[in-house]
Amino acid sequence: MVEVADPVVALPCPGRAATMRRQLAHLSDEALVALVARGDDTAVAELYDRVGRIAYGLAFRVLRDAKLAEDAVQEAFLAVWRTAATFSADRAKASTWILTLVHRRAVDLVRREQRRRTDSLDALDGYEPASEPSAEDAAWLHFDRVRVQEALTHLPDTQRESIELAYYGGFSQSELAERLGLPLGTIKSRMFAGLARLRELLDDGTAEGSWKSEYTS
Amino acid sequence: MEIGIHELTAGYALDALDADERQAYEEHLAGCAQCQEDLASFWEVTGALALAATGPEPPRELRERIVAAARSEMQTVVPFRPRRLPPTQALGALAAIAAVALVALGLWAVSLHRSLTDTRSALADQRTVAGVLADSGAERVRLVAGSGSLVKSGQNSVLVVDNLLPARAGKTYQVWVMRKRVAPAPSGLFAGGRHSVVLVGHKVKPGDVVAVTLERAGGAKAPTTTPIVVSRGV
Repeated sequence: MVEVADPVVALPCPGRAATMRRQLAHLSDEALVALVARGDDTAVAELYDRVGRIAYGLAFRVLRDAKLAEDAVQEAFLAVWRTAATFSADRAKASTWILTLVHRRAVDLVRREQRRRTDSLDALDGYEPASEPSAEDAAWLHFDRVRVQEALTHLPDTQRESIELAYYGGFSQSELAERLGLPLGTIKSRMFAGLARLRELLDDGTAEGSWKSEYTS
Repeated sequence: MEIGIHELTAGYALDALDADERQAYEEHLAGCAQCQEDLASFWEVTGALALAATGPEPPRELRERIVAAARSEMQTVVPFRPRRLPPTQALGALAAIAAVALVALGLWAVSLHRSLTDTRSALADQRTVAGVLADSGAERVRLVAGSGSLVKSGQNSVLVVDNLLPARAGKTYQVWVMRKRVAPAPSGLFAGGRHSVVLVGHKVKPGDVVAVTLERAGGAKAPTTTPIVVSRGV
């Protein structure tokens, strides 16, 4: 009898995939995007694991419809897949870029659907946050949320209103002008001033070691 | 005017501009370093707003769907990457080019221009098409008339046709599934062009032939012209 190394014991994909996942876990979001640009689909999966819940939460908040929210998230991630090579990390964080794509798709869909027009704005709140992947991530995310919500409370009501209606409600500036019975120029100025103020408020807080730290991995 | 355009940076970051202003802003943005810098910082703010949005848990399948869609695009686009490609998986340059056109023009363009219901079913169709084209075990059937092929994977078939003159106004190309002793089944409309990729809207069984005729816009119940494209028997 001749001993032959059993070729069947090649331990193929499952083990290797797990190893790969573990390796990806150490990479930054930006490094993952670079892998995506080279056609690495495991990197897409890893990005989804990091940003997917937030992306879906955002899309759902704008669209208020599970199926539409899925479409928005899926289209945005496919856009990431196709255009990763054009992403430049000195412009924006990868997670910000992805969320920007998700939001754009969600707003385009909601405008086409005229979906939220009949909804009362008070109903914008009230969803329990999705359960989080790990206690640590959950803690960070919770921390970030509280910070942003806190910062929003420091804005003048008129600025906060225009930002919330635009970002979470999907209303355009001209729609808001009409809805609130105000000149378009007023809405534009409020949004600009509000966003600039919010930027200051959030920047002030970074010294406390908050939202800029990785809320994921 | 310049000040006005700069101020739009906030509206743009919030996705709150109307279509024409969005376009005007993007044109301006390309040449304005100040706006680029402002926009980057505003995007960080809207990114923070995104974190503060809470919603229900995404469905488990969404992750798999995204990965599968990405993977199927990769496989269909593969001839353009220096990457190993087992012969059985190669669909040939034709299908590959068609798939690139599908990916580049189809998904995004369709979702921008159709009504939402159409968009959703178009997206579902395109997922199916991508799946068929990416299936290494798919059956390829040659055309006896027209250039292209019919690709059949499981229950689904995709007709890939090259170089059909775009249908004139008021006309459309219509796909038919022809079976002996049965009336041809209308199976989809398309506009033609250099690369057409059409999901055959009727099940194709062994022995069937898939054909394309030129019909009046909206399609016909039965073919009224001579088929321009005809596949071999499946």
